[in-house]
Amino acid sequence: MNGAAKMPEPAALLTAEKIHVWRGERHVLRGVSLKVESGRLLHLFGPNGTGKTTLLRVIAGLLRPEQGRVCWDGRPIGEAREQYQSAMAYASHEAALKADLTALENLRYAVGMKRRASETELRAALEETGVGGCADLPARVLSAGQKRRVAMARVLAMRASLWLLDEPYANLDTSGGALVSRLLEEHLDRGGLALVIAHHALELGRSIDRLELSP
Amino acid sequence: MSVGVLEAMSLVVRREMRLAFRRPDQLLQPLVFFLIVTTLFPLSLSPELSLLRDMAPGVLWVAALLSSLLSLETLFKGDAEDGTLEQLTLSAQPLVAIVIAKTIAHWLLSGAALVLMSPLVATALAIPVGAFPTMLASLALGTLTLSWLGAIGAGLTVGLRRGSVLLSLIVLPLAMPLLIFGASATDRAIGGEGSAGALYFLAALCVFTCTLAPFAAAAALRITLE
Repeated sequence: MNGAAKMPEPAALLTAEKIHVWRGERHVLRGVSLKVESGRLLHLFGPNGTGKTTLLRVIAGLLRPEQGRVCWDGRPIGEAREQYQSAMAYASHEAALKADLTALENLRYAVGMKRRASETELRAALEETGVGGCADLPARVLSAGQKRRVAMARVLAMRASLWLLDEPYANLDTSGGALVSRLLEEHLDRGGLALVIAHHALELGRSIDRLELSP
Repeated sequence: MSVGVLEAMSLVVRREMRLAFRRPDQLLQPLVFFLIVTTLFPLSLSPELSLLRDMAPGVLWVAALLSSLLSLETLFKGDAEDGTLEQLTLSAQPLVAIVIAKTIAHWLLSGAALVLMSPLVATALAIPVGAFPTMLASLALGTLTLSWLGAIGAGLTVGLRRGSVLLSLIVLPLAMPLLIFGASATDRAIGGEGSAGALYFLAALCVFTCTLAPFAAAAALRITLE
């Protein structure tokens, strides 16, 4: 097992209360509330355009809702920004890698902003997600699936207790999909929390919470 | 173990440096532009030294301003396009600190490089060696101020498809005092007069912009990310 098994401060609770977001004239999120506890995964699903990514961005703190609030351990995330961001790893539907940096450098500069991680740890995270052989290759030569795996390695290496994942199964083959499911299960076993957007049913060896967003 | 702000800023500067040296074309473009524009003048005008010397401050400063503008658009755009700006924003570090680090890296890669190259250009423009220290100091202060001003413009235009024109429209009017006092300092130094007043003004502008611009640029980026 790699070094990602430890987490700095396992957190207890993420809540979102009555989140409202408008995009121009469109009322995208209409009073969405949710709660995720330690060791639980919330699967967000629904048709395209129903605001799943918007909700994830609100929860990440990238987007301020017009109404409602997101709390981490009982405190609004705006007030506990540093604590919240230290405990959170966000993977958008883009891999968010610099094309001219190697996979390892991408991890070093992204993870290094949150915690001091040794090169061995970062390489171990890449090995864990099956792209250890690509560590020294520039991200621009990696396939979409490999980039997704590097993005998962970044999430893993951050040792965050809350994972916010937008379409983590996209571009992955069968083994990649199984890998993401296994990483999620291990994360939850360690007491972590996860919010995952996925269009298909998640098959984990445990019960999960589900929230459907409808148009 | 958590990472301190200074350590994170140093990491951002190193990241920017590495990225710049992986793409030397982007790094060299403003410098080559500066070199070409400033050497075109001696070639196109009369080679009379007194004429060149009279025009040198203006030519030098206009070229420095325009070449700095060339690289400003890329300050946040690349990170916004590939999603790494979101990662930086969620890195548990203050966005203001990230903006400061990125702007310093930008200045080191464009402004400082331009300052180092300026004696070569100054020689072609018949600027006497005695005026070099003032010219170097004014250009260093001017390009650094321009980087701070540019950070605001780049933050405001990062989400726009054709943001470079708007960026120029935002930054150029704000850069007018730099042009006036920078050229004046160089001109007075060429004439052997004291240029401390103009240099002090440039230094004050630099301090003013570096105090306020990171907050303005960070606020602009937050709006863009939403």
